[in-house]
Amino acid sequence: MILGIFYNKIKPAVSGYVGVLGLLTATGLAFYSAYNYFIVIGKTEGVYQTIVEKTVWMNFTDSLRIDMGILIDPISVMMLIVVSVISLMVHIYSRGYMKGDPGYTKYFAFLSLFTFSMYGLVLATNLFQIYIFWELVGVSSYLLIGYYYTKESAVAAAKKAFVVTRFADLGFLIGILIIGYYTGTYDFETLNNPEGTSILNWASTSFMGLSVLTWALLLIFIGGAGKSAMFPLHIWLPDAMEGPTPVSALIHAATMVVAGVYLVARLFPMYYFIEDGFALNIVAFVGAFTALFAAIIAITQTDIKRVLAFSTMSQLGYMMLALGVSGYEGHEGLGYMASMFHLFTHAMFKALLFLCAGSVIHAIHSNFLKDMGGLRKYMPITNITFLIAALAIAGVPPLAGFWSKDEILVAAFEHNTFLYVIGLFVAGLTAFYIFRIYFGIFWGKEGNYKDKPNESPGSMTAPLLILAFFSIVGGFIPVSEFISADKAGFETHVNYPLAAIAVFAGLIGIALSWMFYKKENELADKFANGFGAFYTWAYHKFYFDELYLFVTKRILFNGIAKTAARFDKKYVDGTMVGIGNQTLNTSEKIKGIQSGKVQDYAFAFIAGAVVLAIICIYLWMN
Amino acid sequence: MIHGISIYEILTVTSILFFIGVYGFITRTNLISILISVELILNASVVNFVIINKYLFPEVLQGVYFSIFIIAVAAAETALAVSIIINLYRQISSVEVKDIETMKY
Amino acid sequence: MERIIFYCLAAVIIAFGIASVTSRKMLRSVIYLSFVLISIAGIFFLVDYNFLAAIQLTVYAGGIVVLIIFSVLLVHHIEMELEMAKASKKIVTAIACLIGLGVFLTAIYSYDFNAINNSLTTTTADIGTGLLSYKAGGFILPFEVISVLLLASMIGAIVIAKGKKLTEKNNQPE
Repeated sequence: MILGIFYNKIKPAVSGYVGVLGLLTATGLAFYSAYNYFIVIGKTEGVYQTIVEKTVWMNFTDSLRIDMGILIDPISVMMLIVVSVISLMVHIYSRGYMKGDPGYTKYFAFLSLFTFSMYGLVLATNLFQIYIFWELVGVSSYLLIGYYYTKESAVAAAKKAFVVTRFADLGFLIGILIIGYYTGTYDFETLNNPEGTSILNWASTSFMGLSVLTWALLLIFIGGAGKSAMFPLHIWLPDAMEGPTPVSALIHAATMVVAGVYLVARLFPMYYFIEDGFALNIVAFVGAFTALFAAIIAITQTDIKRVLAFSTMSQLGYMMLALGVSGYEGHEGLGYMASMFHLFTHAMFKALLFLCAGSVIHAIHSNFLKDMGGLRKYMPITNITFLIAALAIAGVPPLAGFWSKDEILVAAFEHNTFLYVIGLFVAGLTAFYIFRIYFGIFWGKEGNYKDKPNESPGSMTAPLLILAFFSIVGGFIPVSEFISADKAGFETHVNYPLAAIAVFAGLIGIALSWMFYKKENELADKFANGFGAFYTWAYHKFYFDELYLFVTKRILFNGIAKTAARFDKKYVDGTMVGIGNQTLNTSEKIKGIQSGKVQDYAFAFIAGAVVLAIICIYLWMN
Repeated sequence: MIHGISIYEILTVTSILFFIGVYGFITRTNLISILISVELILNASVVNFVIINKYLFPEVLQGVYFSIFIIAVAAAETALAVSIIINLYRQISSVEVKDIETMKY
Repeated sequence: MERIIFYCLAAVIIAFGIASVTSRKMLRSVIYLSFVLISIAGIFFLVDYNFLAAIQLTVYAGGIVVLIIFSVLLVHHIEMELEMAKASKKIVTAIACLIGLGVFLTAIYSYDFNAINNSLTTTTADIGTGLLSYKAGGFILPFEVISVLLLASMIGAIVIAKGKKLTEKNNQPE
């Protein structure tokens, strides 16, 4: 029943209705399946079963097969719900946001394509299938980011996103191939089995001191890092804000960027068992670093969408960190659960933040903080929902963010105190920057508005309200019962001391931003100047874009690409054209045979007859 | 038969005549010269028939009959060729081979 | 005796043949051709095929050569020098012909002709009966075919040579 209906094919929708209806069906089915899976079927022998349906797609040898199928598993069901809900909200919102836009139909078609790709990715049964849908997701994001294709910056951003993720996917593909070669299978079930050969024999082949499988897992993580905008493959995410805001909400808040996290979670048993979790440590550190890095940059940005983009990067860092510090059995698997939980709640409130930002941008037609201020009088619903989301991301109880972030910090504390400190610091920074833009938009001096900004139409505010509802109640779902590394479920308790510290850090952040930004004052600027050069660095995103541009342009482009192009033009093309020219010349010369003179024909006749006679006589003589 | 002359010599003579005709056919630039060369070729073959008949099969006369036919055919063909040449001369006022190369590439 | 005559005739044939195909003047070429034809008639006389020799003289040396001379007169300035083909073409053709000749001669000389010595004289009566006989070995059918061929060629020649002017003249008075 679950099969087949979840694949939302591309529809040439003549209006948004079809898109929305499709999504409604999909969402309903997602909820129904979740209900079925978790509650009705429930646990067998204390473990949630994985339901797999697959068909053989390409068969190379017995051990090398690529199947297509559907894998139902706690995290995939959860992801289905996340993707469906967010996508549905975005569809409804887009009907209002994109009204009157000439490419309306195309937009909905792309949205459907994207949703389809996400479903496929989430339900993949083996590495190759996930790779296929991974690429599809990349393509749809390219189409959606570059939606305003007449704007040069949008096109450039789309290209950048696609190229960077493609580059990461190279690592991914190599990792897949290594795994396939050394373990003989691509299937997740076989790979992830703790008693299976893939995990037990991990030490059998080594390469430069580390097991081959560790290298493979690191390469796969590189692929995930590209998609999830981990440092240093993060450069595409800020620029991807060129797309329409609902697209940012869908792709860059809730779904595509979590694909990387999902991938690591999917392969989690391998990450944990192989080489005693070496790869997992790397994941944790990369995640923590990205979280810190992105939060620092986010404090300085003036474009609200970019602040939200860096915020996403930071939260993704949290998720990777949580996965990295996780164990496997029972309570040890807290990190795993926390990561997935945070994924769920983050999707809700980040999408909400983006949609609110979109609502504001739609009203004012500008992305920049300096044009905004004092909007709370004009857009009350947006004000309240944004506040709810901001409180959620800051980790204020009893909203959803508090619960998930708290679990992450607990897991980090139990594993590695250094990472815990970083996580705590970032929590404070998160609160700070999010309230900075909140106050900047809705409080403070009024920006000069040409026309009075109106509250957004109903189709845009309805999703805001629904997502706000989820942000509030999402924290209360007993996720740990449902999702855990060994699929057995366990109970969690609130760790009061740590929770208090986390909340305190959040409140300090809020208070600081209140001081700086609620009313117009000089404090912020003085503070910024105090940091001096560091501030400029952070503002320019640590000049990473310039560095990458230099490397690619100078070295790759001019050096390698141009030479290759020249070689191609001269030699390869030259050969082809040369062959054509040779044929022409030869035919010019042979033209003379058809001279039209009977005598020449007679001569040929005689000569041919003589030659034949010679041959015959020669043969006859011998 | 001719006493003292073997068949080989006569066949040699006719072969030489044949190839003289072929040479003339391919080399000449004038249509009537080509016609003359064709006559030479045909004559050579006539003599061939006759000689073989006389030397190898003296009691039958097939060679002679066939030679009569060849001569008749040659005459008819020459008449037709001349009429074509005259017609062509009326059209292009020339009987040179190089002026009738319309079937050229 | 006959040998000498034969050799003379052979020499005449070959010499005048070559002269005919290499002559630069049209009329001389035709005259050389007639000499060749007469010499061939001589050979026919030598092998006692008198009737055939007569036919050769009448039809070939008489009719055909006259026909050719008529056409020469009609289309030519007789004094005009004929063009010769390019030297390269001549050499290539000569070589090809020589090779062909070599092939012929090889074929001829490597075969064992068992020549039968005899001195039969063939009379015209024999030729006539053979040509027109209905029995097996008779040539009545080819004879009739040749007649049809001659008729066809005559009609063809008239039609071709008539040209446009005469057809227009026929159509005009209507």
